[in-house]
Amino acid sequence: MIINHPLLGPRDSAEFTYLGDAKLIDRPDAASENAAQEFYEYAYLRDNPAGWHKELWFHEAGDRSWLVVTRNTLTHEISKVELARDVARSRGRSK
Amino acid sequence: MSQVNRLNGGQVNADQPLKFKFDGKSFTGQQGDTLASALLANGVRLMGRSFKYHRPRGVLTAGSEEPNALVELRTGARQEPNTRATTIELFDGLTAKSQNRLGPLQFDLLAINDRFSNFLTAGFYYKTFMWPAAFWEKIYEPIIRHAAGLGSLSLQEDPDVYDKGFLHCDLLVIGAGPAGLAAALTAGRSGAQVILADEDFRMGGRLNSETFVLGDQSGADWADSVIAELASLSNVRVMPRTTIIGAFDHGIYGAVERISDHKIVPDAGKPRQILWRIYTKRTVLAAGAIERPIAFENNDRPGIMLASAIRTYANRFAVAADQRIAIFTNNDDGHRTAQDLHAKGIKISAVVDVRPDAPRSMDYEVLNGEVVDTKGRLGLTFAEVRLADGTMRALECGALGVSGGWNPNVHMTCHQRGRPTWNDALAAFVPGGVLPPGMTVAGAANGDMSTAGALKGGAAAASSVLKDLGLTAKTIKLPQTEDTPVAIKPFWYVEGCSRAWLDQQNDVTVKDVKLSHQEGFRSVEHLKRYTTLGMATDQGKTSNMGGLAIMAELAGKTIPEVGTTIFRPPYTPTSIGVLAGRHRGQEFHPKRLTPSHKWAQEQGAVFVEVGNWLRAQWFPRAGETTWRESVDREVLATRKSVGVCDVTTLGKVDVQGADAAAFLNKIYCNAFAKLEVGKTRYGLMLREDGIAKDDGTAARLAEDHFVVTTTTANALPVYRHMEFVRQCLFPDMDVQLISTTEAWAQYAIAGPNSRALLQKIVDPDTEISNEAFPFMGCANITVCGGLRARLFRISFSGELAYEIAVPTAYGDALIRKIMEVGTEFDVTPYGTEALGVMRIEKGHAAGNELNGTTTAQNLGMGRMVSKTKDSIGSKLSEREGLNAAGDLRQVGIKPVNPADAVPAGAHLMNADGPVDAAHDQGYVTSACFSPNLGHAIALGFLKNGDTRLGEVMRIVSPLNDYATTVEIVSAHFIDPQGERLRA
Repeated sequence: MIINHPLLGPRDSAEFTYLGDAKLIDRPDAASENAAQEFYEYAYLRDNPAGWHKELWFHEAGDRSWLVVTRNTLTHEISKVELARDVARSRGRSK
Repeated sequence: MSQVNRLNGGQVNADQPLKFKFDGKSFTGQQGDTLASALLANGVRLMGRSFKYHRPRGVLTAGSEEPNALVELRTGARQEPNTRATTIELFDGLTAKSQNRLGPLQFDLLAINDRFSNFLTAGFYYKTFMWPAAFWEKIYEPIIRHAAGLGSLSLQEDPDVYDKGFLHCDLLVIGAGPAGLAAALTAGRSGAQVILADEDFRMGGRLNSETFVLGDQSGADWADSVIAELASLSNVRVMPRTTIIGAFDHGIYGAVERISDHKIVPDAGKPRQILWRIYTKRTVLAAGAIERPIAFENNDRPGIMLASAIRTYANRFAVAADQRIAIFTNNDDGHRTAQDLHAKGIKISAVVDVRPDAPRSMDYEVLNGEVVDTKGRLGLTFAEVRLADGTMRALECGALGVSGGWNPNVHMTCHQRGRPTWNDALAAFVPGGVLPPGMTVAGAANGDMSTAGALKGGAAAASSVLKDLGLTAKTIKLPQTEDTPVAIKPFWYVEGCSRAWLDQQNDVTVKDVKLSHQEGFRSVEHLKRYTTLGMATDQGKTSNMGGLAIMAELAGKTIPEVGTTIFRPPYTPTSIGVLAGRHRGQEFHPKRLTPSHKWAQEQGAVFVEVGNWLRAQWFPRAGETTWRESVDREVLATRKSVGVCDVTTLGKVDVQGADAAAFLNKIYCNAFAKLEVGKTRYGLMLREDGIAKDDGTAARLAEDHFVVTTTTANALPVYRHMEFVRQCLFPDMDVQLISTTEAWAQYAIAGPNSRALLQKIVDPDTEISNEAFPFMGCANITVCGGLRARLFRISFSGELAYEIAVPTAYGDALIRKIMEVGTEFDVTPYGTEALGVMRIEKGHAAGNELNGTTTAQNLGMGRMVSKTKDSIGSKLSEREGLNAAGDLRQVGIKPVNPADAVPAGAHLMNADGPVDAAHDQGYVTSACFSPNLGHAIALGFLKNGDTRLGEVMRIVSPLNDYATTVEIVSAHFIDPQGERLRA
């Protein structure tokens, strides 16, 4: 597969390491009242869609960016590649 | 008598005779021959035995779809099994032998299987060898393996090298027949970056095999002239002998280029084959079509071939398949073979056509009927024909050309989500469904069966690709040529036949398909797996259609209703060697050497692989005969005076920024925010699920600067994890990470004299007294007269110890300096074994303890998990299940009898009671012989271990049938108070 890196352009997927569902960005707040349940769901529960999936890839043999890749798991079509940091910020993560 | 069947002309060179051997017998062929054509030229029709029934077999095709003529090519270490005689380019000195036989090819002793064919039908493995179960492994399987199977391996190492490479282009054209050439020429002249690949050593496809003219040129000459023009264009790469093996994601294609397969040994410095990864924007698939046979009784005798193959042998290779040839066909194309062979003076016994309205001929007899059976034990002698009026005729012939029509070669269109669709006019499947992105199919592969149609289709496909890519397409002038429509009557098998072969490679007959249907295997996928139809190395390129058609008829459905199985990469069998490339033996993975490697080699070190690193394991000295002697000496010398060990391989991550301490607070479960500058702290990292991930140290060199170490094995995953936390979880933290593992050479200097030794290295202004530089201190210093260095007072061995790091380029110089100034202390280099012994003596956890199942609590570090801050894994480490009473705790273990061993992996059992999994108390993780204590010691995990010190238990190791009694002790065998560390 070819991943169109937002900073570096098209790169072979062999340069990347795959992690999984980009929902891992949404780490719960440990101070929340329901933190135990939320962390359990965060650590263990994932969707496994046949179709579009947002997932985390690490450009390990490249610039070490974590990327959020929107990929169709049926066709391997990639519709969008974003810096994970931008996605994290847009989802309200900060410090 | 040689080359009895050789004709004149063709694209072989009679002036270049080539000598070769087949089954020990010498023959002569010509340059341009394949092994198959050269054997046929010499009158050899019998080339092998079949897989299951050991029936005599010859060649069926003239291409890579060949199911039958598989041979062992070459001898010795280069011997290669299951090589298709139809694709082996003849070279001088070639040796090959037939395979899958017991005894000589003419008298195969296993031909007896043919007599027992009633017992060897579809599913016979499942039915016959079910009982008794124990017989399978010892009796049935060895017999079957011996009798079935194909060629054999040499079991020697392949002496040749294989390479890998990468290519990029705008347009990949697969196949250099008329469609492919027209496409490549259009795109090439228009300036696109083009790769034209063809599996054949002679490009041109069917143009080489037919007698049609293109304009005023023969097909082969026209092809030659186009290829010459393409080769002259700098934007076109012409790749003969190159098989595209698969269409992968996003326009990536795999290709195997056979650089040296046509040579007796590769030229100096040349690889045998190259695996190319081709990145292309667009692809034109011009893979042509493959003729299919018709099934009739005994249709597998040597001499029975595809009609198109007979034509190829005659026109391209100047070989008559025999001097007397008959044709059996259901379409007009079959008649072409008779016309071409007749024109070359070969006797045509008759053309048998199932259609009453078949074309007539003035030159030979055309019969309306069917071939119902054949004769000839080791080669065809007669074909039995039942005429339309019911009368029988025996046709004398040594070759029978069969044509059941042509299948567009849709293989590559299926590699992703393509599903071929049925075309009634062609009575064949054509490309359908979703093709690989960027792929266009042209020519016969797309159902354009005429030469003119192929040329037009190829040029049009290229034009549309060029337009797509924003390039201006130049139109090329296509020559006038053959444009005959397809005339075919679907006809798959002769009524009443039973031992009529569909898949010759896997020995699947019409009878097997009927039986499978009768036994309820109604889906094509089930049919395929039950009968093994199409599951041989040819993937059923010639056989699948026949099976599908029969199945459709039995089910009372149409072929499109039944559907088809699809093809998968690789297009043709691909050697493991080329997939491995240079990654074999020592080069299987990259090798990383530490800066002291050369020095360690000079000391005679024994090395061990740790991930990609090679580390010194121990340093044997003269007179030492076992590794234990060396390791014991290294441990004792270090604890007595001073030892030095290369610890460069530990992962090092530089963490800088205003939020560096806050960041460490997130990745480590223990607190770092208040760590003073100039101090180092042990850190335990958890996974988010609360399990220990890795450990190491973090040294605070400045308010905003830490140096983090990881274990050697986890250097990469930990760095990846840290970047994940930084970029994905806390994107606004002011912190930067960089892996500096390779940037610093680092040595542990351990033992009571380590400070005295170090004093001789560090520059005078560096104060390293115990007061000025206490345990867990760290500093940027200079050594050896101004060289920048980092000094850490940390200890894995439990001794007074330091780790000193200098820029990698100085690593070799530093180890030599340490050894030089350490002479007076008898400084001893130690390897990973001694390192391991000392850390077990000290009770330090390592990879065996942080094994992916253990928590901070298990490791006796439960209190380290800070409750006052949120860190990765802290929340889930609080879970009830990870904090249950009776949990495993790390303990020390020593044998009651000092002479006994304590093997790692052994399980702990109570002193009395049953020994079984239900009564398991824990297990041994690390074990060694302690030269300081004079007996074996071990670390392990024991239920409630922290409250069971002094208890006598049993360890059992059922794997090696070992058991003994041990005592549970503190994990800190040496210096439990840590006085040495702080000295």
